[in-house]
Amino acid sequence: MENRAREKNIIIAFFVICLLILVGRLVFLQLINQEYKVTASNNVLRYEIIYPSRGLIYDRNGNIMVGNQSAYDIMITPRELEPFDTTGFCSIFHLSREQMDKMLAQIDSRRRAIGYQSVIFLRQVSKEQYTRFLERAHRFPGFSVQTRSVRNYPSAICGNLLGYIIEADRNFLEKNPEYRAGDYIGRTGLEEYYEPWLKGEKGYSIYLRDVHNQIKSPYEEGAYDKPAVPGKNMVTSLDLPLQIFGEELMKNKVGSVIALDPSSGEILTLITSTGLSTEYLTNFGAYYSQVISDPLKPMFNRAIMSSYPPGSVFKLVNGLIGLQEGVVTPNVRYSCNMGYRAGSLTVGCHSHPSPLNLMQSVMMSCNAYYCNVFRNILDNPEYDNIVTAMDNWQEFVKSFGFGQKLGIDIPGELPGSIPGSGTYERIYGKNGWTSLTVISLAIGQGEIGATPLQLANLAAVMANSGHYYTPHLVREIPEDPEFRPTVERHHVMVDSVYFPVIVEGMYQAVNAPAGSGATARLAAIPGVELCGKTGTAQNPHGEDHSVFICFAPREDPKIAVAVYIEQGGFGASQAAPVASLLVEKYLTGEIHPSRQWLYERTLEQDLLTRHIE
Amino acid sequence: MSRREHTFFRKLDWWSVAAYLVLVLIGWISIFSAVYDPEHGQILDTSQRYGMQTIWIFGAWFLAIVVLLIPTRFYEMFSTVLYILGILLLLSVLVLGVERGGSRSWLVFGPVHFQPAEMTKVFVALGLAGVMSRPHFHLRTFRGIFYIAALILIPAALILLEDETGLALVLLAFIIVLYREGLPGWIPLTGIAAIVLFLLSIIWSPLYVLWLTLVICFITAFLAAGRKRPVFIAVVSFAAVYFLIPILLDLFSINLFAHIEKYIWFLIVTAPLVIVSLILAFHKRLTFLKVLILSFVSSIILIFSVGYLFNNVLKPHQQERIETLLGIDKDIYGSGYNVYQSKVAIGSGGFSGKGFLQGTQTKYNFVPEQSTDFIFCSIGEEWGFLGASLVIFLYMFLLIRIIQISEKQRHSYGRIYGYGVAACIFFHVFINIGMTIGITPVIGIPLPFISYGGTSLWTFTLLLFILLKMDATND
Repeated sequence: MENRAREKNIIIAFFVICLLILVGRLVFLQLINQEYKVTASNNVLRYEIIYPSRGLIYDRNGNIMVGNQSAYDIMITPRELEPFDTTGFCSIFHLSREQMDKMLAQIDSRRRAIGYQSVIFLRQVSKEQYTRFLERAHRFPGFSVQTRSVRNYPSAICGNLLGYIIEADRNFLEKNPEYRAGDYIGRTGLEEYYEPWLKGEKGYSIYLRDVHNQIKSPYEEGAYDKPAVPGKNMVTSLDLPLQIFGEELMKNKVGSVIALDPSSGEILTLITSTGLSTEYLTNFGAYYSQVISDPLKPMFNRAIMSSYPPGSVFKLVNGLIGLQEGVVTPNVRYSCNMGYRAGSLTVGCHSHPSPLNLMQSVMMSCNAYYCNVFRNILDNPEYDNIVTAMDNWQEFVKSFGFGQKLGIDIPGELPGSIPGSGTYERIYGKNGWTSLTVISLAIGQGEIGATPLQLANLAAVMANSGHYYTPHLVREIPEDPEFRPTVERHHVMVDSVYFPVIVEGMYQAVNAPAGSGATARLAAIPGVELCGKTGTAQNPHGEDHSVFICFAPREDPKIAVAVYIEQGGFGASQAAPVASLLVEKYLTGEIHPSRQWLYERTLEQDLLTRHIE
Repeated sequence: MSRREHTFFRKLDWWSVAAYLVLVLIGWISIFSAVYDPEHGQILDTSQRYGMQTIWIFGAWFLAIVVLLIPTRFYEMFSTVLYILGILLLLSVLVLGVERGGSRSWLVFGPVHFQPAEMTKVFVALGLAGVMSRPHFHLRTFRGIFYIAALILIPAALILLEDETGLALVLLAFIIVLYREGLPGWIPLTGIAAIVLFLLSIIWSPLYVLWLTLVICFITAFLAAGRKRPVFIAVVSFAAVYFLIPILLDLFSINLFAHIEKYIWFLIVTAPLVIVSLILAFHKRLTFLKVLILSFVSSIILIFSVGYLFNNVLKPHQQERIETLLGIDKDIYGSGYNVYQSKVAIGSGGFSGKGFLQGTQTKYNFVPEQSTDFIFCSIGEEWGFLGASLVIFLYMFLLIRIIQISEKQRHSYGRIYGYGVAACIFFHVFINIGMTIGITPVIGIPLPFISYGGTSLWTFTLLLFILLKMDATND
């Protein structure tokens, strides 16, 4: 056996020395240094979180759409709760004794989980309550105030577009560990999409606090404090006065309005009616159940989510595809005798002169003409069979932005739907359908769904004679110079040479003289060359939907608009006035005296009764 | 009772058993106090941690009795098998492991949660003893070192994969065993010096670490040198140059430190000193001086490479991880907060403590990991300096006892194993208590016999009682 007494002794000495170092440190901590005793008996570190203010949201002209204001939350720290002046507390915040007891019991049941943290006891108390509380804070041990910045809205506009701020829920916190309980997050609209820019960074100050719940001094003279970094402001492409004007026109109507600048894809106005009112947004949590139970579904952002049949405005697309495919020319005439008849099938039409050429068919919105054009497209001998012709048509339509998300910068956009041969093979079986089976697609009915945004985009395509830019809301974020909106230029599969004749039809539909059969004469604006197309989408559940898309001026268009009014009746009667008034306001800044009656009539229209049984 | 059993019980080291029982009892009381809630007064309430700990303690005693009944030779014969079993357990965790408290190191069998990484100490101690006690084993051969390194590093790597850095670092403690068995002393010494320098150069500014190294070198030189006067001259001339030149320059209105950093000035002044010493060392063949200069120069290189590595090569999140591991995290919500609160709790205990259940700081979840890694806070707060140092002296007593037991083993197997036990207990105790009072890095490892948790308690019970069994049959 090896005897290594020296190693043994060194190891023992090493152990003893190390453990004596620990004892020595204890002597220092527990016997010599008094700081920790004082700290433990009198002081507790207190972290005051400094919440950053969120970035502001401006319209294109620098008007504030979403601002900030201070709000005060009363916090409770259960660990420090002692018997306190409950009567005084209740009287400040107008609480009944029972409410107070219930809230305290609820906090008490969560005591373990809360630990040494503070949680919100009362949310967003008034400034007056806040000052009264502060005066008597020493009588309420365990309570404190947290100042937060909340949203305010200088003008009441469509909340679906903006989104709201709400306390992050558990589900969100699990997915986003960088947030902590009590943080507010943006939900829906711009607030959610641009959360990373808007939110800013939290900071905190650390204080030492004495037994009387009073802050004594900053910990280490603020060496560990961190200031909050405010969120970044953003400039949107919206035109606030136009948005307000549009919402005024849409009052008491259900539907959507979208106006955009066709030369850039910038959205000028986006309205969902009836939408979320901004008055609910500041303290959304308090109104949540009320909003959710509203039968008009204000949370549903119709402008980008609903999938409607586009109705006659879709004739523009079919006409262009027919021209590109060579199955119709501007001079081809088709006759129409109150509709299109083939065998037992009839697609009705209204009374208008007959026969019509292509331009006139747009101007008068003849159903029979487009039944012919659409059958020519599907039964085109260039294609082996109807299946390839149908799928080819689907490709054409998709190139206009239909049947897919356009990529607008607010969450929740839906793609709508454009049928292909597969759709009908599922319904009717292979070879179970012909061009007559799907004839309603000719006039934008049937198995076709488009969002109002896609219709506005169609207006932009018409304005640009064949291309469009990704519709978007945010122009720039001044504090983030690297930010660029994601905008792409898309070309439709129809050459620009085919557009003028259709655009002429749109021009004539609005501006042709009385008695010519033009469908949208109501939309004509003195001094503005407006081009438009009406639509009346059949609605099995009630009155037809009223649709109108337009752009102006004809040369170098500045604005493209789509208006979709649920159960509005003829396109010309409801949607066209709204759209044309909007265009007039944007381009001329006022409403011409000769159209004042139209403005007043539109304001008075109340279609809500059609929606509430 | 047969005569053999009679002598067995007489030969069992009851001092160690007593120390063990007292520590376990202190542990239970501290856990009770740490999680005490007047609403749950039942001692056996298994919804509370002290209730569960009661069960773990009885389990541990049962385990101890079983261990005492197994013949000693079993461990020696099956040490390799047991070691491989341990490795397989670690491997199985990588496949079947369940995440709990941030690391995937737990195996779950119904209601039982089990952490093989904690148990690894037992297998490594047995395996190491098995390999090193073979008749033809020599530690100082390449083969020997290779074997030992593999035995320790394989489980360490597996534990690291499970994200239990602390428990992997524990295996470093076995270097103490190697030292006892003939590893040259300068290896652990250099290791310790390097670790301390490494930590200091992250925590302190380089200038302070440089000064510390220099002062240590001067003291060593003073003690080791045959003639003291040259050392004295070196110290005085260094101090004179270092301090007087800046003052002189200042008289001419030149602020030296506006142009160069202080540590660069330090290096400039040190350079001639090193060169002169080196010439002297080779000229007069002073071995100690050569070693000293070598250590000094390599320390400087280490200090600066750590600083460079840390600030330039590592990404911010990696820096943060290391800072967190070392407990110098600036984030007040992070471990900086734990250590501050832990120091407040212990410091407020004073000389005799606040009394049982009277701790204010350790109530509620003030100090996180209250009953596991930071259990020493309760002891320090409620029992004060008296209680806390009593615990430390108990460990000291147990460690010395274990070493004495190990030394008197006739078989080298028992001795090597015994040193393994001592090394593990020491490492856990020193790091754990050290982190609660802010002198060691915050590495989450439990306090032996005291911290809450079945795996930890059983592991240390096994470690200790296997040794006691070997000792009782040592003839």
